[in-house]
Amino acid sequence: MSYIEAKNLIVGYEGEAVGDPISFEVNPGDYLCIVGENGSGKSTLVKTLLNLQKPLGGELITGDGLRKNEIGYLPQQTPVQKDFPASVKEIVLSGCQAKCGLRPFYNRAEKKLAEDNMKRMDIFSLADRCYRDLSGGQQQRVLLARALCAAEKVLLLDEPVSGLDPKVTAQMYELIEGLNKEGITIIMVSHDIDAAVRYASHILHIGDTVFFGTKEEYLQSREGKYFLRKQEDGKND
Amino acid sequence: MIDLLIFYLSRPIVQYALIVGVLIALCSSLLGVTLVLKRFSFIGDGLSHVAFGAMSIAAVIGLTNQMLIILPVTVISAVLLLRTGSNTRIKGDAAIAMISVGALAFGYLIMNIFKPSSNLTGDVCSTLFGSTAILTLTGPEVVVCIILSILVIALFVFFYNKIFAVTFDENFGKAVGTPTGAYNLLIAIVIAVIIVLAMKLVGSLLISALVIFPALSAMRIFRNFKSVTVFSAVFSVVCTILGVIVSILAQTPVGATIVAADLAGFGICCLIGFIARGGAK
Repeated sequence: MSYIEAKNLIVGYEGEAVGDPISFEVNPGDYLCIVGENGSGKSTLVKTLLNLQKPLGGELITGDGLRKNEIGYLPQQTPVQKDFPASVKEIVLSGCQAKCGLRPFYNRAEKKLAEDNMKRMDIFSLADRCYRDLSGGQQQRVLLARALCAAEKVLLLDEPVSGLDPKVTAQMYELIEGLNKEGITIIMVSHDIDAAVRYASHILHIGDTVFFGTKEEYLQSREGKYFLRKQEDGKND
Repeated sequence: MIDLLIFYLSRPIVQYALIVGVLIALCSSLLGVTLVLKRFSFIGDGLSHVAFGAMSIAAVIGLTNQMLIILPVTVISAVLLLRTGSNTRIKGDAAIAMISVGALAFGYLIMNIFKPSSNLTGDVCSTLFGSTAILTLTGPEVVVCIILSILVIALFVFFYNKIFAVTFDENFGKAVGTPTGAYNLLIAIVIAVIIVLAMKLVGSLLISALVIFPALSAMRIFRNFKSVTVFSAVFSVVCTILGVIVSILAQTPVGATIVAADLAGFGICCLIGFIARGGAK
């Protein structure tokens, strides 16, 4: 049984559907990349996957021991966060929030978890630094560590490399690949088709046409060929 | 001058004013950090105008206990304003501006039409600017204020980590199963209570100052949430005590003097922040 299974899922907001019905599944250990043009409904799909909004139709089933709120989330940065006075430690710890329930303070196990995840993301030395003083790549690592505190099985990354320079982008992709090799299932939303075909095991392409399959199938498909050709053209211009 | 100060401080009216002032300053600064970061700096202004509108209704009806109307109306407005979030047609700042101006105009209008008292201008002026209201507090009012303040502080400490999580990233919290809606509701209710309390002290026009200045000053110097919260509370209390004492000695309006103290404190914090950063930025 798969972690997440979508059957003819229709997403949208205020009752209006964005795009065609989508069917796909995410199995433990997968690296799924969701690609598509702007306005194809990627963010809406993300919100639906995270239970921030209800699907308009079809089914979204979570299974194999994955509970509804066990998807760690790496959101896109909001304007509020850009000048937020918070230390790295405070932010990473806040990933444990859902584990607390009504308990007002974090316990020792949660503090240990936050510490471990900071070490894992190589930001432990920055623990007392202020979030807004960090570089873009470091900020993403902080948010990744927080997501890891919230969920161990599945991570959903929304445009994790937007705004990063090429070198940091490459490091970020390696970091994500490393997590995937450790057994964490990755769902990544991206513009970057090149990276998608390099790192992902499965690809979901949404937009005018919907495609879901393994990376190899995607490269052979009409959507994949068209998209890749367009990117090639773009580079030659 | 010291003798004069000691003489004043020995009088219960001044003691009441100091106790209430310190408590309100403390409460408003605690939530001020969250409000400023959530881009709701002006909610203090908006809600205090709503409270003013509600108060004029109460005055026209002739209620003796005006709180019965003021508190519920303000709480409801706070809930509506804070829950709008990002997905509504009227954005947060526009909604606050609309409610603020609307309530103010409505309140003044019905006060003018029904004329509940002979000294209308004086009444309106004292509600807006606080005037000497804080020096006319009675024992029971002080007790109510103490109880509500302790409640607010206890709630804040208890939910501190949750308030941080909801302020920093609401969507993340929601995605991992934190009941963010409930916490936003809590924040809204607490804000409304603080504002109704604070109207007595500085008047509705100057409430924003109590919410904004401590948070902004703390953010000049400190770079993590806990220090910012603690410092803004200390800052707010110190400025309020200074403001009350100066206003008594110099016979100046209490509310305006407190805000002046806040403004001066903000300037000092800017300077300290500038120097601490080695003159950069």
